[in-house]
Amino acid sequence: MLNYIVRRLLYAIPILLGVNLLTFALFFMVNTPEDMARIHLGAKHVTPEAIEGWKREHGYDKPLFFNAAAEGAAKVSDTLFVEKSLKLFVLDFGPADDGRDIAREIKTRMWPSLAIALPTFLVGLLAYISFALLLVFFRGTRLDTAGVILCVALMSISGLFYVIAGQYLMGKLWHWFPISGYQPGLDAWKFLLMPVLVSLAAGIGDSARFYRALFIEEIGKDYVRTARAKGLSELRVLFRHVLGNAMIPILTGVVVVIPRLFLGSLIIESFFGIPGLGSYTIDAIQAQDFAIVRSMVFLGSLLYIIGLVLTDISYTLVDPRVRLE
Amino acid sequence: MNFKPVLLWSDALILLLLAAAAAGVWLLRHNETFRAPLRQVLASRMGSATALILAVYVGIGLLDSLHYVERLPDEPGREAQYSGEVKSVLDKLLAPLRENVEKTYSAPFATHLYAKETMIGPDGRELRDYPRLKHGGAHLADPDTEFWPDVLKRGGLGVLGGMVCWVLLVFSLWQRGRSHGALAWTLLCILVVSGLLVALAPHYHVLGTDKVGQDVLYLSLKSVRTGLLIGTLTTLVVLPLAIGLGIAAGYFGGFVDDVIQYLYTTLNSIPGVLLIAAAVLVVQVQIEAHPELFDTSAARADMRLLALCGILGLTGWTGLARLLRAETLKLRELEFVQAARAFGVSRTRILARHLLPNVMHLVLITVVIDFSGLVLAEAVLSYVGVGVDPAMISFGNMINGARLELAREPVVWWQLAAAFLFMFVLVLAANLFADQVRDALDPKAKGRA
Repeated sequence: MLNYIVRRLLYAIPILLGVNLLTFALFFMVNTPEDMARIHLGAKHVTPEAIEGWKREHGYDKPLFFNAAAEGAAKVSDTLFVEKSLKLFVLDFGPADDGRDIAREIKTRMWPSLAIALPTFLVGLLAYISFALLLVFFRGTRLDTAGVILCVALMSISGLFYVIAGQYLMGKLWHWFPISGYQPGLDAWKFLLMPVLVSLAAGIGDSARFYRALFIEEIGKDYVRTARAKGLSELRVLFRHVLGNAMIPILTGVVVVIPRLFLGSLIIESFFGIPGLGSYTIDAIQAQDFAIVRSMVFLGSLLYIIGLVLTDISYTLVDPRVRLE
Repeated sequence: MNFKPVLLWSDALILLLLAAAAAGVWLLRHNETFRAPLRQVLASRMGSATALILAVYVGIGLLDSLHYVERLPDEPGREAQYSGEVKSVLDKLLAPLRENVEKTYSAPFATHLYAKETMIGPDGRELRDYPRLKHGGAHLADPDTEFWPDVLKRGGLGVLGGMVCWVLLVFSLWQRGRSHGALAWTLLCILVVSGLLVALAPHYHVLGTDKVGQDVLYLSLKSVRTGLLIGTLTTLVVLPLAIGLGIAAGYFGGFVDDVIQYLYTTLNSIPGVLLIAAAVLVVQVQIEAHPELFDTSAARADMRLLALCGILGLTGWTGLARLLRAETLKLRELEFVQAARAFGVSRTRILARHLLPNVMHLVLITVVIDFSGLVLAEAVLSYVGVGVDPAMISFGNMINGARLELAREPVVWWQLAAAFLFMFVLVLAANLFADQVRDALDPKAKGRA
C-alpha cells in the first residue's frame, strides 16, 4: 500500500507542473508583467520608468524561461518561471503584490476557514445522509414525493439568496447573531454559527437528492431482498446493508473535498466577513493580485491530489475487496 | 429604413445554435430512437409544463437577441447617421417600461417615491414629503381614493384578456387533439400573469424601481437573455471538446488516453472558481488594453460575455469527457463495434456511425442538467466580480446591486425578490425538465423511482 501511495504522489508532480504552466501562461505570457504594472500603477502614473520600477520592486523584471545575461546554471534558474512558479513546489509562495508574505497569511487565515468548513462538512454529511435515508424509508409515499420536490426547489435557489436571507432573518430581524465579523478565541462561535447554518441550508437540496438516488439504486438489488427475507427490520436493512454498500460512491464524492476544507468558501467568507482563506482569495481577485491567485490555485490543486489519494485509501477501509497494489 | 439591424457576436452564435438545433430535429424527425424519448418527455405532465415555461423564457431571450440601432434625424447634405445605442426588439416592445425612469427607489405599485424630498407646498412654503412619481400611477388625480379601483379595474381587464386568449388557444388546440391538463393549466397561469402585466405595467412599476429609478420588471426581463446565453453558449465550447476528447480517449486508449486523462485531471485539480476567476481577470485586462476593437459599449459587454462562456466551457468539459470515455471503453468491446471492425469499416466511420450515436443520450442529458447550474453560476461569478460586464443587465448584477439595500429602513426588498422569482422559475423549470429528459433517455433510469 505504501508503494501505491508513493507512486500516486509521484504522479502528482506532472499534474502540478501542468497547473503551474497553465497559470504561468495565463499570468505571464497572455498577460505580461507590463499589463500588471499598468493596473497596479493606475492610468495616471503609467510611464516606462514607473513600469520598470514596479517590475523591479516586485521581482518581475526577469526573462520568462531563459536568462541569457546570467552565468551557468543561473541561465535557467534566474528566470520568472523558476522564481515565481517552481518555487511553489517547496511551498515558497513569496510576497503578494502588496508586499505581504503569502505563506504567513495562509497560516493565520486557514484556522477561521477551517472553523467554518469543518463543522459544515461533518454536520452536513450526517444531516444530508439521514434526510436521504428518511426519504428512502418512506419511498413511494407522499412524504417521499414531497421531499424530492422540496429538494429540487431548494437546489433551484441561488446560493446568494441563502446568505442574504440568512443574514436578514437571523441577523437583522431576529438578532440571533451578529450579521458579520469574526473574533478569535472562544467567542468565535457567535460569528461561526450563522455561516455554518446558511451553508448547511444551501447544500441540502443537491446533496440529499444525490444520496437518495444512490440509496434507491442500491435498494433494488438482490442482497437487500435477501436481507429482508431473513427477517431483518427495515431500519437495519437501511443502515447496515444499504448504507454500507453505498459507501463507495459516497466516499468518492466526499473524501476528495476534505483537504480542500482549508481553503474555505469564497462566498460564505466574504459575505460574513470571516478573515479566512476564502475571503483572502476573493479580495485578491478583486484587487487583481495575481501572486495570491497563483498561490491559491497551486495550493488547491495540491490539496485536491492529496484528496484523491485519501479517497483510494478510504476505499480499502470500507470495502475489503479493494486492495491497493 | 429608420433602423439598421446589428448582429452582435452572441446574437450570431445564438442564431447558429438555433439553426443547428432545428436542423438536428429536422434530420432526426423520422428517427424512432430520438422521437420516442421526445414524445415521452412532452407527454408527461411535468415535461410538457416545464417545456412551455422554458419556451416562454427562450422567447423573451430571442426577442432580446434581435438588435438594431436607430437612425438619427437626417441632417441635409450628410450621410445617414445611426445612434450609438444598441437596442433590441424586446426594448422596443417594453418601451414604456424602459423610458419610465424615476429618480430613485420606489416600491412595487407605489405612487410616491421611496425617499423624502424638499418641495414647495401649495401654500408656497417649503415642506419635506414623498413626491409623486413621474410615471408610476401618474394618471391618478388622487392616489388615496383612486388607487385601488384603478388597479382592480385594470388588473381585472388584464386577467379577463388572458383568460379569453387561453380559451381561444385551448379550444383550437383541443380540436386538433393536442392538449392535456398540466399543459393547459400552465398556459392559463402564463397567460393570466402576462395579461396582468400588460394591463398594469405601462401605468405602474409592478415590481418597483431600482436605485437609479429603472423599472425592475424591465431589468428582470432583460436579465433573462444573459442567463440563457451563459447556459447555452457554453455548450458550444463544451460539446466539441468533451465529445472529441472523451471518445478519442476511450476508443484509442494507450498514449492518447494518457494525454487526455492528464489534461482533464490537471484542469479538474484547479478549484473551479479560481480557474475561472484567473482566466476572466486575464480577459478583462486584454479587453481594457484594446479599447479600439469595440465600437459600442454593448459590443464590449458582449465580448466579455462570450469570453465568460468560453472560459466556462474550457473549464467545464471534463465531467462529460470522463463520462464519454468510460462509456466508449464499454462500447468498444461490444459485438457491433467488433463486427464493424472485422468488416474493415474505417476508424472515422466507426467513431461517427457506431460510437457517437450510442453516447448521444449521455451528451443530451448532461447538456440539459448543466444548463441550470450555469445560470446559477452566473450570479455567483458576477458577485465575485469575475462575471459579466458590470454594465450588463444580469441576475448576478441585480442581486449584487440590491443586497446591501436590505440594511435600509424601510427595507428595499423588491429588487432581490424580482431577481429571485425570475431565476427561481427558470432554474426550477430547467431542473424539472432535465429530470424528465434523463428519465426518458437513460436506459438505466427506466422503472426506477
